[in-house]
Amino acid sequence: MAIDAATVRKVAHLARIKTPDDRLEPLAGELNGILAWIDQLSEVDVEGVEPMTSNVAQVLRLRDDVVTDGGKVADVLANAPRSADGFFVVPKVVE
Amino acid sequence: MTDLTQLTLKAAVDGLKAKAFSSEEITRAFLTNIEAANPVLNAYVEVTADKAIDMARASDARLQAGQGGVLEGAPLGIKDLFCTEGVQTAAGSNMLRGFVPPYESTVTANLWRDGAVMLGKLNMDEFAMGSSNETSAFGPVVNPWKSNSSNAELTPGGSSGGSASAVAADLCLAATASDTGGSIRQPAAFTGTVGIKPTYGRASRYGMVAFASSLDQAGPIARTVEDAALLLTSMCSFDPKDSTSLDIPTPDWSASVGRSVKGLRIGVPSEYVVDGMPDAIQKLWADGMDWLKDAGCEIVPISLPHTKYALPTYYIVAPAEASSNLARYDGMRFGHRAEGTASLTDLYESSRAEGFGNEVKRRLIIGAYVLSAGFYDAYYVRALKVRRRIAEDFDRVWDQVDAILTPSTPSAAFALGDKQIDPLQMYLNDIFTVTANLAGLPGISVPAGVDANGLPLGLQVIGKALDEATVFQVAGALEKAAGAVGRPERWW
Repeated sequence: MAIDAATVRKVAHLARIKTPDDRLEPLAGELNGILAWIDQLSEVDVEGVEPMTSNVAQVLRLRDDVVTDGGKVADVLANAPRSADGFFVVPKVVE
Repeated sequence: MTDLTQLTLKAAVDGLKAKAFSSEEITRAFLTNIEAANPVLNAYVEVTADKAIDMARASDARLQAGQGGVLEGAPLGIKDLFCTEGVQTAAGSNMLRGFVPPYESTVTANLWRDGAVMLGKLNMDEFAMGSSNETSAFGPVVNPWKSNSSNAELTPGGSSGGSASAVAADLCLAATASDTGGSIRQPAAFTGTVGIKPTYGRASRYGMVAFASSLDQAGPIARTVEDAALLLTSMCSFDPKDSTSLDIPTPDWSASVGRSVKGLRIGVPSEYVVDGMPDAIQKLWADGMDWLKDAGCEIVPISLPHTKYALPTYYIVAPAEASSNLARYDGMRFGHRAEGTASLTDLYESSRAEGFGNEVKRRLIIGAYVLSAGFYDAYYVRALKVRRRIAEDFDRVWDQVDAILTPSTPSAAFALGDKQIDPLQMYLNDIFTVTANLAGLPGISVPAGVDANGLPLGLQVIGKALDEATVFQVAGALEKAAGAVGRPERWW
């Protein structure tokens, strides 16, 4: 399942990373190299094996659904590229 | 007066308690070293001199009053992956350049609680993705060690390259670091320092800039095994703010260093003999076995049959988690935002294209690919199944052995620029360290010798989950038997 430039374009879009046309071929080459190497995983017998999603042998802790923190508007906005009146300011997104 | 910057963390803490010198004195001594070395080594991305002096004076006041925590007055360097309130935390990325967290990571909060002094923030590979510190937006870090056959500048390893270089070059007593696939142990091995990654869940990940959440774990880089134990004890804690944090007590691990290893069974995995492994590494490993045998350990040959699949598994799991974690950098709420974009999608795509470096982009695209429809089961789910196989390999050997001995890295430090062209060559650096991350186990790198060019090499001890005590015990025995590997000559 070799990756071509069109696939790179599609995946880069899924990852929301603008990728200039002249980078598509080189990236495809790099990714194919890495994926060919990764393909050795197909040698492993994983029949009946449960996927390992965590290496912590404990049940996920839940806490009461109550507010424990908050009222930090200034902190939340402190690193915003732009903000005004207690809100994030984003470029106009309605077409 | 002796050079205070040469002290171990333990000796410094003891000297401060005994009022042999003040925190302000030792802090100023480190700031002087940093001023001289940093233009060349590039270990610090930000030196917080004023804050350091303020913290040192506050420590001195506590020490004068006969109070203070276990690290009171000790100047440390902090990897720029840990959020520090009011101090830029950029994780080596242009995406976060200028980001000033309004909160403190739990790990650093623990250090300040115990009286430590912050000297500044340490350079690192961008978002901790790299094994040579060359992916940092703040430029590469230079290893204070040089080969005795060449004048080339060497990498200190990555991603905690700044931490390792700073500790080796006397720019702090010890440093925080983080390890996703070997990012504490590999740079420790390259710089003749000690680095430990604890059991996953020991150290809180709250306030650590996330790379791959199921693998990331904080730990220290220090000059001695005892120093590493001292610092790790302070860094670890149960933290309700991290859902993967383990609600268990943190032992005082410095008590384990120096304990006899007589009767311990040490596993030596046959799969860690890799093609093209330099003779120096083979010899180092054999020396390590001899030293432990002499100290009364039994060396037990073991097999971890899925070892060869660890790196390819890692290079699916880590990018997949990174592609999810780094989705938060969209230019809206924090981080870099591109100007003059045509649409919302264009804004996201341009902000991320401008903010991230090439290695990060490469991994995010791989991550998106292995998680995408059609490949999710073939790549991602398969990798998670192989990950379990790798963890089961370890589970099986703990009946036979108490700890495992391996080399830390497949080579000594290499020249900057050497492997940058080929990502696969770079990935292979983590071949001995990555299994411990996949299985969540503690692993330490101890300086154990030098190669023919006089460059330091490390041995790794891997332990059972939550059994850092044995890891420190064995590491202490190796350190004692190996003797000092020496210190880098000051050429900067």
